[in-house]
Amino acid sequence: MDLPVPDLPTRQAKRRAVQEITIHTDTREILANARRDTERFGLDSYYIVDVDAHHVELDSWSEVLAHIQDPVLRYNAQAIARNWPYAGNLAMSNHAPGLTMQDVAGRIPHQAQLAEAVPPIAGEHRDLTLVRRAMEAMSIDLQVVFPQPMLGIGMHPSAQTETELVLAYNRWFTSRILPHEPRIKTMLALPFRDPEACLRTVREFGDVPGVIGFLVTSQRQAQVNSPGYMRLYAELEERGLPLGFHAGPDYNMERAVNRFLSVHALSFVTCNMVHLTNWVINGLPERFPKLKVVWIESGLAWIPFMMQRLDHEWLLRQSDAPLLKRLPSEYMRDMYYTSQPMEVTDMDLLQSTFRAMKAETQLLWSSDWPHWDFDTPGRIAGLEFLSEQAKRNILGENARRVFGLP
Amino acid sequence: MGARCSAAAVRWDAGASADVPERGRLVVDAGETSVGIFRIDGALHAYENRCAHAGGPICQGLMVPRVVELLDERRAIIGSAFDETDLNIACPWHGAEYSIRTGRHAGKPAIALRRIPVEEVGGRIYVIA
Ligand code: FES
Repeated sequence: MDLPVPDLPTRQAKRRAVQEITIHTDTREILANARRDTERFGLDSYYIVDVDAHHVELDSWSEVLAHIQDPVLRYNAQAIARNWPYAGNLAMSNHAPGLTMQDVAGRIPHQAQLAEAVPPIAGEHRDLTLVRRAMEAMSIDLQVVFPQPMLGIGMHPSAQTETELVLAYNRWFTSRILPHEPRIKTMLALPFRDPEACLRTVREFGDVPGVIGFLVTSQRQAQVNSPGYMRLYAELEERGLPLGFHAGPDYNMERAVNRFLSVHALSFVTCNMVHLTNWVINGLPERFPKLKVVWIESGLAWIPFMMQRLDHEWLLRQSDAPLLKRLPSEYMRDMYYTSQPMEVTDMDLLQSTFRAMKAETQLLWSSDWPHWDFDTPGRIAGLEFLSEQAKRNILGENARRVFGLP
Repeated sequence: MGARCSAAAVRWDAGASADVPERGRLVVDAGETSVGIFRIDGALHAYENRCAHAGGPICQGLMVPRVVELLDERRAIIGSAFDETDLNIACPWHGAEYSIRTGRHAGKPAIALRRIPVEEVGGRIYVIA
């Protein structure tokens, strides 16, 4: 054991008010070290856009259910919520039991819930305060906020319920959350199993302030190249609204691998791999050359793998994908990617990945707060191989350009 | 995240010995440095409250015994257990676990927390930061 030098001056240390971080701890205390990084890296002088963060819509489930348009489905959902034990925050949803594995059995409290004290602000939803606290702690200027369990809605057994719940959530979010904080933005989820409903969604919400694009919640059986989606892509392209693909876990993968770590490590990546492969190999970038596409939450290590793998195959099997006029990797380099969870265990590989994907112009920083594998802006600011301009681009300027932000 | 040394070391009175019971903890701010103090088998261990992964507040995390897996004579996994002799601290940001006794990562010991000098004199606990 090291012993102190005996004749140093002695001062009184201050006991921290929070000795152990729990689900009840204030977001600003949880993220106090991120705030310190902000000062260390001078991040307050950066324009920082967080392209992927979350709030928990099940906390407000009774309000969301009230926005279901179909009167019978709404009645049914509310009856379930009222009558079944524990269904008040779950009725009609397909909340996957595996989601409760994410916090590593209490080791990562903010993943389980943000149950901190929030003083009521008249007319305001509690989630607004939670989002503001995270933005303040991480020096974020604008945050793109998504729902949470809703990201798995593509695996709901009922296509009609998926459509109704997505639309109900969108109506609720654009009335209850979005208008109350101009620093919150969103890419609204599309009811993707119903292409006509997707188109109606873009037309209904595409001009709502704060809606900066649309989202495919991506764990689903649908193929993004299906003919039914072409009018949707054309509409988004014409409006200049980016299309995001938000990866999610596939708990059915537990048939193939047996631990949550394995499910999470693989399925969050294979999710985007599958859709990106269909997107590129079916020539969608040729058909919709101005449509901006953003791949969200698969980390970065998969990108050079996909570039090499698809290039290799396409050079040998060009007749399988005749719409392509360039290498798959060249199309991939025109698309955008969010950064989290950024793999940092081999900095040489990370640097090569940045080079391969043209990160300086194509990479968008994201936190994924409050999820267990979130990243802070310090993750980018601390990368020694990046130029100052590259850091500024990744942390916010690329997003400003892609989404046309102020 | 590498260890950082204070420009001019100061001896900080962190609290009374009773503030850190066996398998307990005390987290204090010693000037700009946040420090966690723990007691295992009577001995004090102090670390900077900054995780080696991404700088999270490691010392404010859950204390939980190391998890081990049990194998039978065929080397088949037959269950898991807590190793009560090795208490870990789990980082509340992303879950990385360190042995409190060594300050080293539970899986890759080369990754370690920054140890802070600590001593106990006359019923008081002092750290240098
Ligand atoms: S900062 Fe501690 S696990 Fe990431």
